[in-house]
Amino acid sequence: MSPESAPILSVSKLVKRFGGFYALDGLSFHVSSGEILGLVGPNGSGKTTAINVISGLYAPDGGEVVLEGASIGGVASHKLVHRGINRTFQVPKPFLSLTVRQNVEVALAYGGAASAPALADLLDEYRLAEVADRPAADLNNAQQKMLDLVRALATRPRLLLLDELAAGLNPAELDWIAERIKTLAQSGIAIIVVEHLMGFIEHITDRVIVLNAGKEIFDGKLAVAVKVPQVIEVFLGGEHAA
Amino acid sequence: MPNALKHTLFIALPVLVIFAVLPGVYQNHLLLFNFVIFLILAQGVNIIYGFTGYLPFGYVGFFGAGAYGFAVVVMHLHAPGVPAVLAAGVAGVVVGLLLTPLLRLSGAYFAIANLAASLAVLHLIANPALESITRGPYGVSLSATFNPTSAYAAGLVVLALTLGAVVYLKNSRFGLALQAVREDAVSASMAGVNVVRMRVIAWLVSALVAGLAGGVYAWYVSVFYPDNVFSGDFSIFAIVFALFGGVASITGPIVGVIILYGIYNLIGFTTPQYFQLIYGLLIMGLVLFLPAGLVSLATRRGWHVP
Repeated sequence: MSPESAPILSVSKLVKRFGGFYALDGLSFHVSSGEILGLVGPNGSGKTTAINVISGLYAPDGGEVVLEGASIGGVASHKLVHRGINRTFQVPKPFLSLTVRQNVEVALAYGGAASAPALADLLDEYRLAEVADRPAADLNNAQQKMLDLVRALATRPRLLLLDELAAGLNPAELDWIAERIKTLAQSGIAIIVVEHLMGFIEHITDRVIVLNAGKEIFDGKLAVAVKVPQVIEVFLGGEHAA
Repeated sequence: MPNALKHTLFIALPVLVIFAVLPGVYQNHLLLFNFVIFLILAQGVNIIYGFTGYLPFGYVGFFGAGAYGFAVVVMHLHAPGVPAVLAAGVAGVVVGLLLTPLLRLSGAYFAIANLAASLAVLHLIANPALESITRGPYGVSLSATFNPTSAYAAGLVVLALTLGAVVYLKNSRFGLALQAVREDAVSASMAGVNVVRMRVIAWLVSALVAGLAGGVYAWYVSVFYPDNVFSGDFSIFAIVFALFGGVASITGPIVGVIILYGIYNLIGFTTPQYFQLIYGLLIMGLVLFLPAGLVSLATRRGWHVP
């Protein structure tokens, strides 16, 4: 896990429009295997849109997304999953009427992982073993988030996008999931974390990109970012014009 | 014993054996035949609605296309019954292929568009300008293939294939992936499932089933008009029967057809004057109190219903 190695993903001058609104307006960044990159920024700055474009839910309107040297902008989600990208959702999206076990079985069967991880181990590691045979609808929000994560891991991603995985977790759960995320990165997975909890971000990330109005305005350590006037203005609602 | 074998031996096979034996002991063969047709159609609705969530309000479009597919090859190519039923299946699939763009819609929009599409197929076939091909609105008479016994047997074969398809869906990774698509298409794609392909396959299998049923129906009745085989009652009944029993299961639609179509005929024979009233109240009650179908009575108690 050396952040100097060639990036697994690089995004350059990415543009995503919704009508006349530029959700992403020339966003560029990169992330390497084993690195945990934080995407931070105020609401509406384009964090989730970036995740949605990278994971293939939206086709970009401009710019490039390059995964391991190949352009992937506009490639269908399920193909990106087979190429090693997966994600969780801000509002968890399990298959509600299927059991927890079946939720993961779909990903194991269709995720395209050459050596799929063992179902029982995954459920165990993410504290879902006891509810394995219950419908996903019976799970609480935190458990559904873990199920989203397990479903993603079942496809053996090399790039994992975590969209507000920690929101709503209690302090003990936060510490626990932070360690899990670090362990995943140590196994070589590149991880992009979108999060509002700054303490959590500072604890787990190697580097952050600060977004505002669809552009990056800072790239580096969070501890440094909080001293940059432009970043402070964006978060505190200064006079800065995007 | 694997579940698929269990479901075949203890659900599909008994249904087929019962309907193979009944004509020997019960005189109203038309009624038995209608049961077979509705068992096929309810399972066809189950395949598309139960496993993918698309409610096919125009399901009869495939059925009518199948009936006319059968009629056209019998009238113009003098085909015997069995190849004509296969042609009916092809007709259903062709209509299904033409309508695949509808799968871009969801919920009520899909249901309405599908209903409109079935009417379009009806009016195309019933168009007097096509009299030389379909006999237009004047109906067809297929005396060359008239053979209710063979047609009934063909109906059982189609029912067997349909039940086999549903047993497969209920017990395969493919069926599980379809249910995942039904639950959440975005999440299904993040599980690596090719959502569009899954939906199209289920749609075409469902269309094939209805097309074959239409062919068998045409073979059995041999004289019919466009309005008969494109009657909206086929769609509504098949949907109501499937929902009443419970979709995404093998037994639900079977139970739904046996009970509801049974009651339908019972009321029709005994108190025809109150028929509409009783049947309407019954369906309203079901929608209000058992929206997830009869099988939900058992699943709510934690029992597994195949």
